[in-house]
Amino acid sequence: MTELANPSALLTWMTFVPLLGAAILVMLPSNNKTAHRWTALVTAAIPLALAIQLMFSFDRGTSAIQFWQKTPWIRGFNIDYFVGVDGISVAMVLLTALLSFLCIGASWKIEKATKGYFALFLMLETGMMGVFVSLDFFLFYVFWEVMLLPMYFLIGIWGGPRREYAAIKFFLYTLAGSVLMLLAMIALYLNVRDPNTGQHTFNMLYMMNQVNHGAWLLNVNVRHLIFMFLFIGFAVKVPIFPFHTWLPDAHVEAPTAVSVILAGVLLKMGTYGMLRICYPILPDAVRWFALPLAILGAINIIYGAFCALAQKDMKKLVAYSSVSHMGYVLLGMAVFNEAGITGAMLQMFNHGTITAMLFLMVGVIYDRAHHREINGFGGLGSVMPRYTTVFSLALFAALGLPGLSGFVGEALVFLGAFPVYRVVTMVSAVGIIIGATYVLWMLQRVFLGPLNEKYADIPDINARELATVIPLAAIVIFIGVYPAPFINMVKTSLITLIGMIPG
Amino acid sequence: MSFNWSDAAFFWPEAIMALTFVACLLTDLLTRERRHGATLSVLILGAVVALAVAVANPPRGAHDIMGTMMVVDPYAQFFRVLFLAVTLIVAVFSFSSREIMGADRENKGEYYAYLAVLCFGMMVMAEANNLVMLVLSIELVSITSYILAGYARMSLRSSEASLKYVLWGAVSSGLMLYGASILYGLSGAMSFTGLHDRLVFGGNELATLTACVLILAGIGYKISAVPFHFWTPDVYEGAPTPVAAIFAAGPKAAGFALLIRFFYTALVQSDGAGTMAALSSIQWPWLLAFLSVITMTWGNLAAIRQRNVKRLLAYSSIAHVGYLLIGFVLLSEAGLSAILFYLIAYAIMNLGAFLVVIALNNRLGSEDIDEYRGIGFREPLLAVIMVVFLLSLAGIPPTFGFIAKFYLFAAAIDGQMGWLAFIAVLNSVISLYYYMRIAKAMFFEHSEDEGGLGLSPVHMVLLVVLAVPTLVLGLYWSPVKAFADASMHWLLGG
Repeated sequence: MTELANPSALLTWMTFVPLLGAAILVMLPSNNKTAHRWTALVTAAIPLALAIQLMFSFDRGTSAIQFWQKTPWIRGFNIDYFVGVDGISVAMVLLTALLSFLCIGASWKIEKATKGYFALFLMLETGMMGVFVSLDFFLFYVFWEVMLLPMYFLIGIWGGPRREYAAIKFFLYTLAGSVLMLLAMIALYLNVRDPNTGQHTFNMLYMMNQVNHGAWLLNVNVRHLIFMFLFIGFAVKVPIFPFHTWLPDAHVEAPTAVSVILAGVLLKMGTYGMLRICYPILPDAVRWFALPLAILGAINIIYGAFCALAQKDMKKLVAYSSVSHMGYVLLGMAVFNEAGITGAMLQMFNHGTITAMLFLMVGVIYDRAHHREINGFGGLGSVMPRYTTVFSLALFAALGLPGLSGFVGEALVFLGAFPVYRVVTMVSAVGIIIGATYVLWMLQRVFLGPLNEKYADIPDINARELATVIPLAAIVIFIGVYPAPFINMVKTSLITLIGMIPG
Repeated sequence: MSFNWSDAAFFWPEAIMALTFVACLLTDLLTRERRHGATLSVLILGAVVALAVAVANPPRGAHDIMGTMMVVDPYAQFFRVLFLAVTLIVAVFSFSSREIMGADRENKGEYYAYLAVLCFGMMVMAEANNLVMLVLSIELVSITSYILAGYARMSLRSSEASLKYVLWGAVSSGLMLYGASILYGLSGAMSFTGLHDRLVFGGNELATLTACVLILAGIGYKISAVPFHFWTPDVYEGAPTPVAAIFAAGPKAAGFALLIRFFYTALVQSDGAGTMAALSSIQWPWLLAFLSVITMTWGNLAAIRQRNVKRLLAYSSIAHVGYLLIGFVLLSEAGLSAILFYLIAYAIMNLGAFLVVIALNNRLGSEDIDEYRGIGFREPLLAVIMVVFLLSLAGIPPTFGFIAKFYLFAAAIDGQMGWLAFIAVLNSVISLYYYMRIAKAMFFEHSEDEGGLGLSPVHMVLLVVLAVPTLVLGLYWSPVKAFADASMHWLLGG
């Protein structure tokens, strides 16, 4: 994980092409909405194409950093522009490129200030990509924060009735977490030295090598404190109970495509950050925190599932199901064996695709009925057969039906976690049952039973909407049936990562 | 008293500003009503020439001016450039401000003369090296400030602002003068270096402490640190907006310039490690850290409830003083250099935010947050630029404000004062809330009125001129940092 192989400018293009697109968008005339949409779509297609190329040319046999690029940025402070990917980031980059592209398609019906909307969306994509490819902590932090702003405006301007509240809550929560990360970052910088020059460094690869840590940083209490600051910063994003309260508000108020990005990509940044920063840099603190992390995972699973069960609003249900599903990721991350960590990684990716499908489906019905009350529908299966099929597929994937991707991830997590934390795992397994309950109950109330006459001639899902979910559905089925290619892509890096954690 | 012509040559920028003051007054007298453009041109000409002279002939070492009264060194040079630049910007946007040029009074050209003398006073504050100059320079800046605050003399709130400012100013000047007299009584010395030699090695500690605290109070009033800040919101709200803008960016920085020079020249023993040797029995860092924490927290909490943007910016400026004091607490070169760096960032982003307020005030005639509703759709460029300034003030990357905060926090953590940085970052989170209230009004809410406001192109150009460095220096700031480092390094005996 600390070696380098295969330099390339590919990642830089992936990261900054969206920003370039945003700049072009700003210069277009304000009233030509079609031009805005197509510019955004074409721009988002480029990183997707590059991401697919990256996936195929990525060397799965090594945990080294690939496609890296490094240029000094601020010499006086030893900040570099340093990007690169390993197996963990490749999965996230793929997810980001794919979901961004699909979400632009899903935003086609946005009519209000389209120029601003798509420009912010593309800026958001740059921020997300940047987070997943940065290997310099300062750069990572800048991208991490840059992402907040477009999100704030996307929720605040294009969101639902309580959007102002949701937007500022999201912004403040995340910022509160990330300023703690800023302090931890500075503390690490001041106590890690570049082995070549002897100067302080933000280079994550140097930080990962414990030999470079200074005396102050070897103090176990200091390490735990720094870990906790980083952890809280990431936990807000995941979100881990009790830092999760921004999530239902933000999800419910955000426009559909933004919810998809929030759930699909932003939540992963939290767990990605832990894997990229906490695990290799402070492995002993991670080991120290393993049991609490597993317990927090179990709380997320159970608490999120119960909350989802109680919801009347479809979007809120999906939002809380995210809290529950991210719990599996945490549980898998808390056990340092191959099955657990691979399961966690797979679950991260799967949650991205499955929840994206769910939010897109909720968006489709909301566009038609203008509400999301679960009890306000009924019998839609008879009038919207295609819609019902796709939505059911997503719901079954969410509850972990074998043959779909959700199952593989959860099974691996439990397989890895059971021998390590028996009680925690058994408690968590209850979450599967509750998960099945809220999913099936919603399915029943919305699609089965007598048809609600109000929606007797509601149009079925159209081709454009279908086009946004079909790629996701294909991935969900493919990974469900044949997960090996994905697992092989992430495995080598993950094994190296858990190898760093002391026994 | 020795008078050295080769050293005096370094005093030209100040001399030019003093002449500019006279020239402005004469121009105003000769042209009388209507032709205020001429007075403005004289000021701009004077300031540009002074800036050019300062930059063309930078001091390479310490040059004493009039004995030990003042000293021109790279540290003073830093502030001269800052003050001249701030004065130029404020002068240009004052001319298009309705509050200044539309004010109900005669002799409007006088305004530029006061700007010239204010700039002169601030430059001298950064150079003062003697108790007499300390008091004189602060008085010069203060009295000019009172006049400027009450410039719109037919406006009740402007006059009220001026009166409040005078009362507060008089008290704090008295305290400071008293402190200076005690120091003189104790040491028999007037110059900072003379004080240093007599105070650092022995002397009555309690008396010295009292005197220093009194002087600190006088400077605390100038920089509006809690608990000497009460005048700030009223004066900022009441004074014409361009005047509030220069108060926030100018005299405050001058106060820091004087504070740092006084403490480090008179009280700190230069042992390289930067320890406060003067009053070793007093925990200076703790006292100052307390001042810093209470200033930033008070400023931020009070700002939350403000409905007037100028008052909000006034409280935010108090909070920023709290952040700035972090660098002072540490008694380290990194911390002090971070202060200088921060002052540049602060000047740019704060002037920018005030300029937006001026531009909107010209059209809306109010600074109420509710009046800003829907501006994001009526004037998108202006609103986006305002968001850039607000984010920079809140310290969100990739803006200059973030980098400036970053250096302060890094200095604090490096100086084993991590807890101070911790409080400061939590304060940043609070500040984001009220800054974003302005963004929220502009973008998330709508007004009945549609259509643009018809802002003047001069304003838009100036706004862009300030917004570009706010972003660009947030991505590449090495030269500015090097300038701040070099200026600071000199003062600390480099």
